[in-house]
Amino acid sequence: MFNSDSIVSLANPVYRRRQRMNKIMLMLSLGALLFGLFWLFWIIGTLIFKGGSSLSINLFFEATPPPGGMGGLMNAIVGSVMMAAVGTLIGTPIGILAGTYLAEYGKRGWLAPATRFLNDVLLSAPSIIIGLFIYAVYVAQVGHYSGWAGSVALAILVIPVVVRSTDNMLSLVPNSLREAAAALGCPQWKIIFSICYRAARSGIVTGILLAVARISGETAPLLFTALNNQFMSWNMNAPMANLPVVIFQFAASPFSDWNDLAWAGAVLITLFVLGINILARALFRK
Amino acid sequence: MDIAFRNITRIFAFLVFSLLAAIMVSLIYGSQESLAKYGLSFLWTDDWNPVEDSYGALVPVVGTLLSSVIALVIAIPISFGIAMFLTELSPTWLRRPLGTAIEMLAAIPSIIYGMWGLFVFVPIFQSYIQPGLISFFEPVPFLNQIFAGPPFGIGVFTAGLVLSIMIIPFIAAVMRDVFELVPPLLKESAYGLGGTTWEVVWKVVLPFTKTGVVGGIMLGLGRALGETMAITFVIGNSYNLPSSIFSPSNSIASALANEFNEAGGMQKSALLELGLILFLITTVVLALSKVMLLRLGKHEGAAH
Repeated sequence: MFNSDSIVSLANPVYRRRQRMNKIMLMLSLGALLFGLFWLFWIIGTLIFKGGSSLSINLFFEATPPPGGMGGLMNAIVGSVMMAAVGTLIGTPIGILAGTYLAEYGKRGWLAPATRFLNDVLLSAPSIIIGLFIYAVYVAQVGHYSGWAGSVALAILVIPVVVRSTDNMLSLVPNSLREAAAALGCPQWKIIFSICYRAARSGIVTGILLAVARISGETAPLLFTALNNQFMSWNMNAPMANLPVVIFQFAASPFSDWNDLAWAGAVLITLFVLGINILARALFRK
Repeated sequence: MDIAFRNITRIFAFLVFSLLAAIMVSLIYGSQESLAKYGLSFLWTDDWNPVEDSYGALVPVVGTLLSSVIALVIAIPISFGIAMFLTELSPTWLRRPLGTAIEMLAAIPSIIYGMWGLFVFVPIFQSYIQPGLISFFEPVPFLNQIFAGPPFGIGVFTAGLVLSIMIIPFIAAVMRDVFELVPPLLKESAYGLGGTTWEVVWKVVLPFTKTGVVGGIMLGLGRALGETMAITFVIGNSYNLPSSIFSPSNSIASALANEFNEAGGMQKSALLELGLILFLITTVVLALSKVMLLRLGKHEGAAH
């Protein structure tokens, strides 16, 4: 087949060295992937092993206990759900409208590109800074921590995610659809509402779901805004319990029954967040 | 109606536009007491003493930067390997599930990383890996200064390692996306000349996507700098300048998480100034990352 002076001959030392280098690098690449998957499975395995045993139906019906007492995570779950829901309800319309401007009206002028740029920075800005911001403009002015403050902080985390997905998804809607509607005499707001939003719906919903998943696990922005509440409370205008902060306090505590509750909360949150992520992906692919 | 809707959307776009500025103004306003008292010397004072009410940012700033750099050193090659595997090696049907699994690492809330790090990883690291690393580097000059100290388990290195796991999915996702931008023609030409997979990735794909790759790394760095809950559990929260990478230290974000609620007066103001420093650093890093990714997009457009 190959004679010995051919470049690709196995006897050619340069060729052999290149092949060896290639093999090593491909193995390392596979190793890198396994390295990443290793942590994922280790963390999820730990959660199931440590938290699975503390899971019980009482978690949903009893408030957090004093050390040594019996209890569940009801106040934290209720608080988390309420604040995440309000945060999403505030953040989503703002995000969709701003994203609409970027994609539909912002072809000319400086505002759209500048906003798009800053929005991407905001998307990755440290969430603890958002907490400080809401503390400074809301909590410090009102004088007390509250569920509302927590919701607003979460809303600020929702906005950039929704702006980005709305902007991207509307930009994918083919212009011929808009032109066809415009040719029929349809005003632009109606084109956006009945054609663009409808075409981009699954993408925008995916964005909202990902935003919900993100805020469900966020701890840092709630520390200085919603704080925590040991008791069951539906009052959004008072400090409010929430799962991440309860996990933070209980995990750092020396009491083993608190630690167990923290693990149980960790399992709940992780299952919820990963579930929404997978749901969002499945929805988007459809 | 048309004009009204247009203006409503514009108002909200402007709202988003002004958020970053509003955050900055509020942080400056909140920290003016400390800004006025310490001025620029805040940055290189290593004293953080609530009892004597005297504050300096050096330790948390160094801790933040050091843990993020450690995270990058670990995360860059791993992310590159993952991106290379997902674009060049993996069978097509495996690409999506593997990519999703890696992205799930980014979805796990950071508090979970913190808990897992403190309760599961730290004990194993402390009793098995850390003593091994310390004795391994013992005879090596210079490196034995870096890998030194009693094995506490918690510390800057642990924080950096946990951070690296958290930023790998971000960097890997950007790298994968930019690798896929490489025109197939370029890669096929290189393969046609007899290049191995590794040579094609290293000498064709990587140079072509250089700015995008750097942009992805900067994005990971921005994420690492501001990460809070995971670090709070494992960095040790002590106001000492790290003498080796195993020393316990502190980061800006974890100082905020631990002290802000109990602080008052000057301490609160100093903490807000720390927040301001963190905000400025991350904003610059993230803006640079964005500029680089945009430039790749333009470069790509010009190639056609």
